[in-house]
Amino acid sequence: MISLMNALPGAVAQGLIWGIMAIGVYITYRVLDIADLTVDGSLGTGGAVCIMLMLSGHNVWVSMAGALLAGMLAGMATGLLHTFMGIPAILSGILTQLGLYSVNLKTMGKANQAINVDKFDLLVSLRFIKGVPFFQNTILVVALLLILLIGILYWFFGTELGCSLRATGCNDKMARAQGINTDFNRVLGLMLSNGLVAFAGALLSQYQGFADINMGRGAIVIGLAAVIIGEAVFGRIFRNFALRLLAVGFGSIIYYLVLQVVIWMGIDTDLLKLLSAAVVAVFLGIPTWKGRYMSRAGKRR
Amino acid sequence: MLEIQNIAKTFNMGTVNEKKALQGLSLTLQDGDFVTVIGGNGAGKSTMLNAIAGVWPVDEGKIIIAGNDITSLPEYKRAAFLGRVFQDPMNGTAADMNIEENLALALRRGSRRTLKLGINKTERKLYYDTLSRLGLGLQGRMTSKVGLLSGGQRQALTLLMATLKQPKLLLLDEHTAALDPKTAKKVLDLTQEMVEKQHLTALMVTHNMKDAIQIGNRLIMMHEGRIIYDVAGEEKKKLQVEDLLRKFEEASGEEFANDRMMLAK
Repeated sequence: MISLMNALPGAVAQGLIWGIMAIGVYITYRVLDIADLTVDGSLGTGGAVCIMLMLSGHNVWVSMAGALLAGMLAGMATGLLHTFMGIPAILSGILTQLGLYSVNLKTMGKANQAINVDKFDLLVSLRFIKGVPFFQNTILVVALLLILLIGILYWFFGTELGCSLRATGCNDKMARAQGINTDFNRVLGLMLSNGLVAFAGALLSQYQGFADINMGRGAIVIGLAAVIIGEAVFGRIFRNFALRLLAVGFGSIIYYLVLQVVIWMGIDTDLLKLLSAAVVAVFLGIPTWKGRYMSRAGKRR
Repeated sequence: MLEIQNIAKTFNMGTVNEKKALQGLSLTLQDGDFVTVIGGNGAGKSTMLNAIAGVWPVDEGKIIIAGNDITSLPEYKRAAFLGRVFQDPMNGTAADMNIEENLALALRRGSRRTLKLGINKTERKLYYDTLSRLGLGLQGRMTSKVGLLSGGQRQALTLLMATLKQPKLLLLDEHTAALDPKTAKKVLDLTQEMVEKQHLTALMVTHNMKDAIQIGNRLIMMHEGRIIYDVAGEEKKKLQVEDLLRKFEEASGEEFANDRMMLAK
């Protein structure tokens, strides 16, 4: 039990970092209505760019800004594959993700790059969970970043441009009839989303003390899990857009807390990804099942 | 106001499913013309409207609106000139956004979307007043999601959105066909009222011949991607449904082959 209690703050910190990533997924999956698989690559891109910039002597904020930009470029690649070349969104994401594997490898020069928390001025680290002044505490720092990002996104999606982006995801035929450049908006949304994901990657690599070529594997599933958990738990009480983004952040924390408990209970950690995939699959299937088996007539469609 | 010069469109060219949807269609609309469009299944009525709206580029010909050649403009840029209402009430509005947000999107048709607030106080007042005049009680539900409205309400809202910023041309693609008769009548009355009040130029595809005769100042009949009959003014007012059927048989050499139209006469 004590080992579990000791692990919980770390789980919260990780949950918060992945929460930023999950908000990126929310933008594509819920707002734009695109399942974007780029994130499996762009998370690693963010980590790689951030660590390499820091290792070459750049300030942590500059490095994280670099990661954000790199992620946006990745999103732009997917966006252009989708709109300019007419490739289905899901396939565009897969293509970019595959390409990013090489990009990330070349960025780092090898499959893994470590950064020493004692030699570099990191913003977050698993060493900053306990025994540091409260303003350096990773949980606080990431929580503040998360709230700041939610604030910015809340503002953005309330602007003319942000509204047109929401309309694009909701009904693109209507959006075009109202003079909205839906292709541009899709690219913009993908850039925004992957920028956030890469930013989360930058935080994650600092937190764990290294960037790794495989760090983004299955990121989309974790992101979707956070979105779905957030909606399932808070969906009925959080109606406002900012609160719905916050729910995604909470969803991610819950995911990591549950994961920590499952690990504590002694499950073979090799099976964790299978478990995640199964849980997300079930939750994604619920709306369909509801429609098919729980309708009033009880008829199969 | 609108000048269509000899446009042609073939779908699935070079395949067994090749369909010549528009074949050298020309049409000129004067300012304030309210034209009803009828024709059998696959005559090219909706295709003509889609060609004007720019859903895809035409193969040949030119489309000019208010002196602007829009033939090569993408759909979203042409929207600056056009108000559109679709057959499916689900198509014209964003279901997950609320009523005022939908109207705010429509008010900005043709302008650049900036980082200014998407909806401001003064325009809320405008929306309240316009919705009140609609007489559907929607002014009290401005922050309700559009997805909660009925088909008729959504279609009325779409109509309002299409005319909120005065379009050069209003395109109505069987916009009452999916509604029950009573609602259809209401939306149709509303359409006439709006077109008259704002002196709009409009193209209305309909499957109801009576409506086609009674509404507007001009009627065109299409067949196989061309206009086969074009009548305006007094002559149009005197038309009977039987006249239209006869005209169709004369011009096309076929029986009128649109069941919906036959039933709706």
